[in-house]
Amino acid sequence: MDSSLFFGLSSIAYILAMICYIAYLVFRTQTIGLIATIITVFGFVSHTLAFSLRWKEFADIGGMGFMRAVPLTNLYESLIFFVWCIILGYLIIEWKYKNRSFGAFITPIAGMIMAFIDVSGISKDIHPLIPALQSNWLLAHVTMSFLAYAGFAISFATAIMYLALSADEKQRASWPYLFWTISFGLFSAILIAMAFDFISFKIIGRGAESFIKNYLFKASFRNASGVIVALSYAALAAFVFLVWRFGYVVKRAISAFSLDADTLDELTYKCIAIGFPVFTLGGLIFGAIWADQAWGRYWSWDPKETWSLITWFVYAFFLHARHMRGWRGDKIAAVAVIGFISTIFTYLGVNLLLSGLHSYGGL
Amino acid sequence: MLKETDVAENSSQKLSIVDRIWSGLASIKLAVIVFALISLTSIVGTLLEQKGDPEKNLKVVAKFVGTSAAPKAFALLDGLGFTDMYHAWWFIGLLYLFAANIIVCSLERLPNVWKLVRQPIQALSQDRIATMPFRREIMVKGNGDETIAAVESALRKEGFRAVRAESDGVVQFFAEQGRYSRLGVYMTHLSIIIIFVGAIVGMKYGFNAHLNLLEGTTSAVAYFGEGKEIPLGFELRCDDFNVDFYNKSDTPKSFKSRLTVLENGQPVLINGKETHEIEVNRPLRYKGVTFYQSSYGFAPNRDSLFKFLMTGKNGKNEASSLKFGESFTIPGTSVMGTVADFSPAIAVDESNRLFTYAESMNNPAVFVEFSEQGKLKYRQWILKRVPETWVLPDGTVEFQDLWGAQYTGLQVRKDPGVGIVYAGCFIMALGLYIAFFMSHARIWIILRGERGNARLIITGSSSKNRIAFEGKIERLAQALSAKDSA
Ligand code: HEM
Repeated sequence: MDSSLFFGLSSIAYILAMICYIAYLVFRTQTIGLIATIITVFGFVSHTLAFSLRWKEFADIGGMGFMRAVPLTNLYESLIFFVWCIILGYLIIEWKYKNRSFGAFITPIAGMIMAFIDVSGISKDIHPLIPALQSNWLLAHVTMSFLAYAGFAISFATAIMYLALSADEKQRASWPYLFWTISFGLFSAILIAMAFDFISFKIIGRGAESFIKNYLFKASFRNASGVIVALSYAALAAFVFLVWRFGYVVKRAISAFSLDADTLDELTYKCIAIGFPVFTLGGLIFGAIWADQAWGRYWSWDPKETWSLITWFVYAFFLHARHMRGWRGDKIAAVAVIGFISTIFTYLGVNLLLSGLHSYGGL
Repeated sequence: MLKETDVAENSSQKLSIVDRIWSGLASIKLAVIVFALISLTSIVGTLLEQKGDPEKNLKVVAKFVGTSAAPKAFALLDGLGFTDMYHAWWFIGLLYLFAANIIVCSLERLPNVWKLVRQPIQALSQDRIATMPFRREIMVKGNGDETIAAVESALRKEGFRAVRAESDGVVQFFAEQGRYSRLGVYMTHLSIIIIFVGAIVGMKYGFNAHLNLLEGTTSAVAYFGEGKEIPLGFELRCDDFNVDFYNKSDTPKSFKSRLTVLENGQPVLINGKETHEIEVNRPLRYKGVTFYQSSYGFAPNRDSLFKFLMTGKNGKNEASSLKFGESFTIPGTSVMGTVADFSPAIAVDESNRLFTYAESMNNPAVFVEFSEQGKLKYRQWILKRVPETWVLPDGTVEFQDLWGAQYTGLQVRKDPGVGIVYAGCFIMALGLYIAFFMSHARIWIILRGERGNARLIITGSSSKNRIAFEGKIERLAQALSAKDSA
């Protein structure tokens, strides 16, 4: 049996689950909700199985110890693990808060990422690990980092939803409204731009290996033609403007999830309160121990490390602002959004735009 | 007279300056500013390559400010130290400010928290009971020892060991959990300072150097910067270096060096062994100096030895080490082999010609001429990684290694602060666990007899996670009222 079968099954499951969750929001029947949950759990189990199989394939090919062969060495694998983490996080929230509405938000993201991996043809090849990456500390480091990233991703979603719900859409010049529409607009626009890359990249049909380094935003912001670059920026501005102008449409969609603002505020905090210690231990401490063992330096200020530290500061700021200054609501949600932007940059941006010691993401 | 008032005024002014600095250092506002400054300047530091090529950095700057303004902007950034900013005085200064901020801020609050932590829970006064923000009242049948036992066992079930106090016919139970968890935050803050101290100790008393050591050679020094020597205090010999590859590919699976530590020319036993194999992620430590496998290289010379394992038709085998141009004999025959050519990484091109595709020993091969009684018999390329090429008409000749031609690249580090940093990390992990996943919970239950029955007031407070705590009190109330109906 090979892992891609089960990855396929779980992608389908997440997309079906998305339909069910949306149907559940519309019809509000318990049966549909239950079906949605069952499908998600099914997808999750299949996903887990697929991940374990890939792990085994990796171990067999590399001929290394099982514990060394964690399949988290390139973008493909790390995205898959990231989806696994957010689904896990979501299932815990559904179970704890007895609220399914959020599923209509998370499963599309999961389904989209899985489909995106499939369509884009990001390299699925198994590459054996070069020596520096054969470390149990690295294993713990990468796994826990992604768990934390998933927590931060959920906090980002809840923070945006919070802002969308609480900001007054009649006051388009107020900062919370501006903030959420612009950050949400930019975030979606970048995802769309990436989708364009993948489509045009598919059409060009070049090798998948160097996609991220050489192709990202090549269909838009980094195109060879100045006209297309100008158009892309214009489209970006127009898109953000539309989100800003018609924010109430998004708000209405979000209200359909019937999550009240207090729950969202608390979820944002909870996810960060779990993500922060996990990130500190896994992302910073284990990363430092690994670097110490492999390179003889626990901290060398390379861009990836520095960005992790910046992210850490932003979330430390979040916690202190909330605890000591009593920040709640709009202000604290905005900090959570900034934290996740920094997280994404740590995860992707550094590999895409800056150089460093780390291999993954280099595909 | 005048002078005295002057002095008094001066000292009060001085005091107020000290006070102002102190309260500035204790403020969260400063923390916000320092967080922001460290983060924002670090962003610039990740954009510019640190200690990098000025040309490259100039190009980066040009992307932001345009080509015409770039030289000036770059000169400004360079002047401000942004091209090596993590060692710039102002960045180090920011880090010290950050440390001072945490220390002062924690010291400000610690005495109060310490008092709280030292003081066990006490009975509540009547006034306090009335003003507790969260309370539940229930009636329980009976007012005897069984009721008291029931309350105590219900508390025990929730993990609380209760103390009982009685006055004026009112019984009060009180219990707490995790009093010390209030220190978690301070442990976290302390850990940051400990890590700082460790880093400073490392910078002051340690070094970071490198050493390229050819197989078979010995060194008593390592090098840093542009070739400055650092004495190790002992000698290190590289006995062997080897790279393993994944199957047929050129992806290295591991690089291994075999090292021996020597004192006064004599090998030293470490963990009972004389030679030590190190690889990436598995360094060797001796007398506070750690050797990390970091790179390797190829530098063949006249003294490099070709190592062969020859097996004759009769199954006898024999090993041989020889220099370029020397000969060996296949056991049981009079066939002599002489090394005539060598390639560190051999490959075949489209027109079937051999060529060398890499500068390191990725796929080493020797070209051996075999002769019998002075007459050339046959010639063959023998590849280290391809056993089929070892087979000859008169037996097999395995090409094992070209020894003394590769050097191992070692990172040599002495860092007496690393233990402190690790201790700090450990305390940080523990502190965060306590700060986020533990809380100080206090419960009071006041029991008043009313006509043979008991009225219970359950109240309490928690330093964290109020909702879960209130759920706990709710459970307690339910457990106790269930008792009475049973
Ligand atoms: C990046 C460095 C820092 C880290 C990782 C850190 C960590 C923490 C954590 C985990 C908490 C508990 C928050 C919670 O329970 O949600 C906390 C609380 C606190 N921190 Fe920090 N901190 C840092 C820097 C600072 C600085 C610079 C100050 C000084 C102004 C400070 C002052 C405080 C105070 C006053 C509290 C509240 C204590 C209490 O609740 O009794 N922290 N810190």
